[in-house]
Amino acid sequence: MSVTQTLKAFTLWEFIGAHWTTLKYFFKPKATINYPFEKNPISPRFRGEHALRRYPNGEERCIACKLCEAICPAQAITIEAEPRADGSRRTTRYDIDMTKCIYCGLCQEACPVDAIVEGPNFEFSTETREELIYDKAKLLDNGDRWERAIAANLAADAPYR
Amino acid sequence: MTAWFESFGMPYGWAWFVATIIGILVIALPLMLAVAMIIYADRKIWAAMALRRGPNVVGPLGLLQSFADGLKVFLQETIIPSAANKGLFILAPIITFTVALIVWAVVPFQVGVVLADINVGLLYVLAASSLGVYGVIIAGWASNSKYPFFSALRAAAQMVSYEVSIGFVLISVVLWAGTFNLSGIVEAQRNIYPFLPVNGFGFNLLLFPMAVVFLISSMAETARTPFDLTEAESELVAGYQTEYSSMAFALYWLGEYANVLLMCALNAILFWGGYLPPLDWAPLYYVPGIIWLFAKILFFFFVFSWVKATVPRYRYDQLMRLGWKVFLPLSLLWVFLVSGFLMLTRTGVL
Repeated sequence: MSVTQTLKAFTLWEFIGAHWTTLKYFFKPKATINYPFEKNPISPRFRGEHALRRYPNGEERCIACKLCEAICPAQAITIEAEPRADGSRRTTRYDIDMTKCIYCGLCQEACPVDAIVEGPNFEFSTETREELIYDKAKLLDNGDRWERAIAANLAADAPYR
Repeated sequence: MTAWFESFGMPYGWAWFVATIIGILVIALPLMLAVAMIIYADRKIWAAMALRRGPNVVGPLGLLQSFADGLKVFLQETIIPSAANKGLFILAPIITFTVALIVWAVVPFQVGVVLADINVGLLYVLAASSLGVYGVIIAGWASNSKYPFFSALRAAAQMVSYEVSIGFVLISVVLWAGTFNLSGIVEAQRNIYPFLPVNGFGFNLLLFPMAVVFLISSMAETARTPFDLTEAESELVAGYQTEYSSMAFALYWLGEYANVLLMCALNAILFWGGYLPPLDWAPLYYVPGIIWLFAKILFFFFVFSWVKATVPRYRYDQLMRLGWKVFLPLSLLWVFLVSGFLMLTRTGVL
């Protein structure tokens, strides 16, 4: 070990330099946000909680083509369908197992009628596993609840598709 | 205070007993409060240096965070592993916690304000703080689980290694002060130079390196971050605390931070003048000594947190190398230097 190295070791030179750096950081403005009270902006393409949308007249968009079920890489979607009394083809069952879902967004891409979408909501944690197995009613309810935000996001993203 | 209770017609024995119990409570209860606040401060300082905000939701600025954590821990279930040795498993956190508290008996808070003004105060500190390692070893063994056991072995080796150099550092302080009594050591630091009005052995150029060695050793002794091999979470889950839950876990937490505070206090008392102001200048003496002591303890606690936020964990062989191959020879050499210097100056040879 050279003389300067020895001197540096015994005067704790590197340690003092490191501590000076951390002391400077101590007084810097903080990088984190106050999460539950303030949130980062999210992209219109953000893939959050799923929702089933309706047409403005209240009719549900989903036509039970099952493309989303077919493309889902996690096989999280289960659909059963029957013709309705008025002859239109609609789902009788539309379940998404949110514990299986990997939030890839392929269901949204596959959907020909923009029925199943991933909305901007990411705060849907639950206390039980059962609550995360969404049925049709829950998804339609999500759609009603988030329709304005979802429509705005789809409109914002439309020029790039 | 004993005399005050005797004036109510109590016999001396009872008056002494009641006065001592009150003295213990007067030290231990604020200490518990201080530990709660210091855990909060630790998290805040650490967070600030990592450009985070730290706890800021519970209470104003998050001040009540520790109490919320305490309440949460208190409401949890105490789990005792079926393979554990039940008696020792429960005893271990109690030992750690108790030992962390009893050392405060000899800490002088102000001129003459000390619970037990015993002449071998420093020996008592050394003995009691060495006992602290039993809490860790017993916990590691009684848990009957591999990671706590590894942690206990590490803790034993680490604390014994650094106690050796701490012992030698204390010897040089004792040689200079000429007493083992902690109040005596603080008084010996009054105005150490005839030409420069400073209080504290740390300002003595010969003793300053020992102050640094003691500061680093006290981090190793309390298993703080650069030396927290005993609970290296990336290797040992949570070290000796792995199997603990609820209040037993909280007792470890409290004991650990009480130990950290104690080591900060010892740094302040042994090298930086304890309850004396840093400069021997009359207006500074209007501030009560206890405030000076607390300010110094808080400063050293900031240094502890600062180091925690800065230095990554040592490898185990590096830890041992620092203890045995750097600090031990260095402190031994310094005992020789200090005693030689004192012999030459105080016997009038030089």
